[in-house]
Order: sequence, then structure tokens, then C-alpha cells
Amino acid sequence: MALAETTRQAPLGVGEAQRGGEFGRWVSRHAAILLLGVFMVIFPAIANDFFLRQIAGWTMILGMIALSLMFLGGYGGMVSLAQMTVAGVAGYMIAVLGVSSLPKVSFFWPWWVAAPLAIAIAVAFGTLAGALSARTEGIYTIMITLALATSFFYLTLQNWPIFNGFNGFTTIPAPHFFGVHWGDPVPLYYMILFFAALSYAAVLYVSRSPFGLALQGVRDNPRRMEAIGYNVTAHRIAAYAFAAFIAAIGGILLVWQNNQISPFSVDVGVVINLLIIAVVGGLGHPIGPFIGAFIYVILRTFALDALVAVGLDGRRFQTLIGLGFLIIVLFSPDGVVGLWRRWASRVGASDGRSGR
Amino acid sequence: MSSIAERLAAAGTGNAIELRGVSRLFGALRALTDITLSVRPGERRAVLGSNGAGKTTLLNCVTGDFPPTSGTVRFFGEDVTVLPPHERIRRGLRRTYQISLLFQRLTVRDNVYLACRGVSRSRFSLVRTRASDPIMQSVAELVALVHLEDVADRLVGELAHGQQRQLEIALALAGAPRFILFDEPAAGLSPNERRDLVAILTALPAHIGYIIIEHDMDVALRVVESVTMMHNGRIFKEGAPAEIEADPEVQELYLGGGHG
Repeated sequence: MALAETTRQAPLGVGEAQRGGEFGRWVSRHAAILLLGVFMVIFPAIANDFFLRQIAGWTMILGMIALSLMFLGGYGGMVSLAQMTVAGVAGYMIAVLGVSSLPKVSFFWPWWVAAPLAIAIAVAFGTLAGALSARTEGIYTIMITLALATSFFYLTLQNWPIFNGFNGFTTIPAPHFFGVHWGDPVPLYYMILFFAALSYAAVLYVSRSPFGLALQGVRDNPRRMEAIGYNVTAHRIAAYAFAAFIAAIGGILLVWQNNQISPFSVDVGVVINLLIIAVVGGLGHPIGPFIGAFIYVILRTFALDALVAVGLDGRRFQTLIGLGFLIIVLFSPDGVVGLWRRWASRVGASDGRSGR
Repeated sequence: MSSIAERLAAAGTGNAIELRGVSRLFGALRALTDITLSVRPGERRAVLGSNGAGKTTLLNCVTGDFPPTSGTVRFFGEDVTVLPPHERIRRGLRRTYQISLLFQRLTVRDNVYLACRGVSRSRFSLVRTRASDPIMQSVAELVALVHLEDVADRLVGELAHGQQRQLEIALALAGAPRFILFDEPAAGLSPNERRDLVAILTALPAHIGYIIIEHDMDVALRVVESVTMMHNGRIFKEGAPAEIEADPEVQELYLGGGHG
């Protein structure tokens, strides 16, 4: 308000300068994420295929699926363990409806039919999961969504006509259009980067929209939300639908990068890993899940070698991941994002003092 | 057929709030017993009674926070007994809570914004509200009304108790209220803030009625035209403030005898 008034009163030239100043402030406030964006765009020029696929690709895909968990948990106060399963449903559907090594099961529809349908089915599933758990709170939400995740794992394991049981699907190709083989490392990287950046920006934008603010209201005080005119249950279910959309895209990218999907892509271990990723990164900001996914992927990829290098049993790398999780949660219950925020506010405070 | 006739009859009474035979049980505890109460549109009424008399439960039955165990609740003639709270709020009912129920991790402005948005359309909109949107004007006015401009961008969790009470009132004034339920709005306010509260209540447009639960007689009896006395979940007396104050039975039960 005050700013707008001074702009109105000031002569034209000053107003222009102030707008420039506002842009400058916007850039400096978002410096970290802008730098990261530039780095990610030029990353293929400096990285080999291993880093593109195994590190960056996995980080962004797991980050997206964890982002859908963060959206529900951080803004809505609903910890859903069904988000990996939503991604799994989309992944399985792209294999069933599209192309795989199993002509008896797969429909071999083109990707532009299979992918939207797979997303629609996964969103329907995610919304249903929301409808089942929207009237519950806290530990009961976790239990219901965990039950759903476990049921889906056993369904895929034991059902052969649709899910091909234990074996799942292999040789599922990424699509080929505009003359580009999107399964090649660099195009695949850019496709994943595009959707990861898009979903990050979408969550950030929606968090300040009427829908997103109301979701945070539901998190802080569902009873009061009812008493100011909101249908809390409907709002929660809509949030599950929105989150499922992001998880579904992540699930399809996961299959296109991995070229296969099996029950072990959606087992309880994976579900828990996703929760760890979201919590370690931090539920307070949509960048958190990506940070968490990066830490997880780095540990998963290099912990084994690191342990062997210092003369320990390489199979202990899960212990290292567990320890890392414990340390971060112990020192910062709101994850890496929380650490960053406390550090930034301390730096900001001392800056302000020296400025005066 | 009879339900239509019933509805027309009820609409004909023209009451803002109409409770008929409302009871509320919590397990074996009878919090409310056979309450029959009518409040006209624009009427301002105090509900008085000792702790545990059922005053807050009465408000909860009207808003639907806890639906009544038996009996009917009508709001401007419409039977709202089984409607969820948000549907009643959208029809023009508002309330404040005895213990502030606010959105602690959002700013003051966002709290008021949510209240304004809750009784308007596009609650599910994914598009951010522009600063030029008329709703932002209402938000600014409500924030100013309760003197919270200076802390408008602070998180509610950081506010002082009195400020949270003020915000509690602002949330109930959002949109176009037709009837408001105030549950001890003066609790924990400083003398200055009490004066502000009385000013806000008396300045409400004449068509907006309210029920106020309040222990501070200086506040309660100055802002109402009628009083309902409750005891042990029942209504035992209704009348004008002066009558109630002068009633010996009331003095015995509630004002601790002797008090004028």
C-alpha cells in the first residue's frame, strides 16, 4: 500500500526507477532459484550421460513425486503415503495402454492417447484416495494411505492379466515425436526438467491462490474454515486431485526414464523413501522435495563406493542414508528448507543491523 | 405437503433464529434441554448464565459445529438443522469463538482474506487474487476496523492475545452477515479494546442482529435490547436488560445476590 502511494505521488521518472528497483529486488530475492535454473539448463553441456540420467533425472522425478506429498503435507497438513502409488498407477497404465515387451497385455496405443489416459486414471485413483482419507486426521490419514499403497503393491504382485505379476513390464520406450527420440539422454533430461520446473512453479503459484491459501487454512484450523464458509472435505479432496496430477506426470517420466516398471517400483520401501525425501528436504517450501531427492539420490548412488573406499562394508549404505535422515530431522525438524530459512533470516537480520 | 406448509408457517414468523425443542446430549450429560428460542432479524440479545449453563453449546447448535440431538433450528425461516456449518455461513450466519480459532501460520491479512473469500465465489480458484480486486478493499477495511493495520503482514501466531481477539471479530464481519453469534468477545481485552468492541457492536448496521455471550455486564447490557438467562442447560428467564437486572431470582443465581 505505502509503496503504491509513493509511486503515485512521485514524478514519472522516479516511478520508472522504482519499477526497475522492484525488478532488481525480485531478482535478488529469487537469486538462488534463478541461478539453479540457469545451471540446470546448461547442465547437459558439462555433464555426462550418467549424471544426466542417474543423478539429475532421478532427482527431478523423485522430487516431483515427493512434491505432491509436500503439497498435501506442507500446505494441507495431510501426510499421504499414497503419492508413490499414484505415480505407480500412472506408470503401470502407460505400460498397459502403450507399448511394452508384452503384446498379450499391452494395448500398443500411441503415447498421445496412452499418456493422457494414464494421467486421468492416476488422478482418479489419487482423488479416490483423498475421498477415503479426507475425513481423517494425522496418524489415521497415514494409516489409510499406507493401506492403499500396500494393497496396490500386492495387487500388482499377484495380478497377472493386467499387471503381469512379479515381472511387471519391460522395454517401455519413451515417445518419439517432432523428430526427437525423447528417450535419448539429453532430450529426456530436458523433458524431465521442463515438467519438474513446471510443477515446482505451479505449486509455488497455487500456494498463494484462493485454493492454496484455503488449503493452508484447512491445515491450521479445519473447524474455523467450516465456520467461515468452506467445505473442508471438498477442499481436501480437490487438493488430493491436484497433487495426484503432479505425481502422475512424475510416474510416467519415471517409466520413460527407466523403461520398466514392476511391483518393486511401488513397494512399501519406496513409499517410505519418498516420505523421507519430502521430510528431509522440508515440507515448508516446494523446493524442499527436490533438495531431499538430490540428497537421497547422491547417497544412494555414492554411499556404497564411499563406504568401500574407507574400508567398510558397502552393503551398509542404507545405514548411511538412515543416519543422514536422523541427523537432519534431529537438527532441523522442518528439513533442509528450515535450515536455509533460519540461516537466511540470521544473515538478513545482521545485514539490517549493519545497514543502519 | 405438510413440510411445505410447515416451511411457509415458519417463514411467516420472520425470525432470524428460531430454535424449537432443541436438546443436546454429550454421552449422558444433558448440555441443553428443550430449548425454544426466537430472535427477530436485527435483534441484539445477550445470553447470560454461569459456566456450564449451555451457552456455548447453544451457539454450536445454531452454527452446526455440533448439531442438536433433537429439535429443529431455523435460520430466517429455513430449516438448517442438518446443514453443515459452511452452508449456514454462506446463508449469512457468522460466529466468533470463545477461544480464538485462527490460522496461526498465516498472516493477519490472509486470515481476513480467507474469511472474505469463504463467503464469496471462486473459493477453489487456482488464479491468484489481484491487488485491485474489490475483495482486497474489503480485507483492508476489516483489518482497519479492528485496528490491526500495523501487524497486517505478521503471522497470527506472533500476535498478542488481545490482537487475536480483535482478529476473531474481524473474521465474523466478513462478507454480508445477516446474523452474528459472539462467544465472549471481550474475554481478555484491555479496557480500551473493550471500548472499541462496544463501538464496533453498536456501529453495526441495524439489520444485522446478534446473540452475545458475555460475562462483562458493562459490555453485555450496553449493546443488547433483550436478555436470555440460562441455567443447567435450560432457559429460565427472558426480558429487557433492566428487568433482568432487577429480577431477584436472577440476582440470586447469577449476579451473586445484592448486586444492583
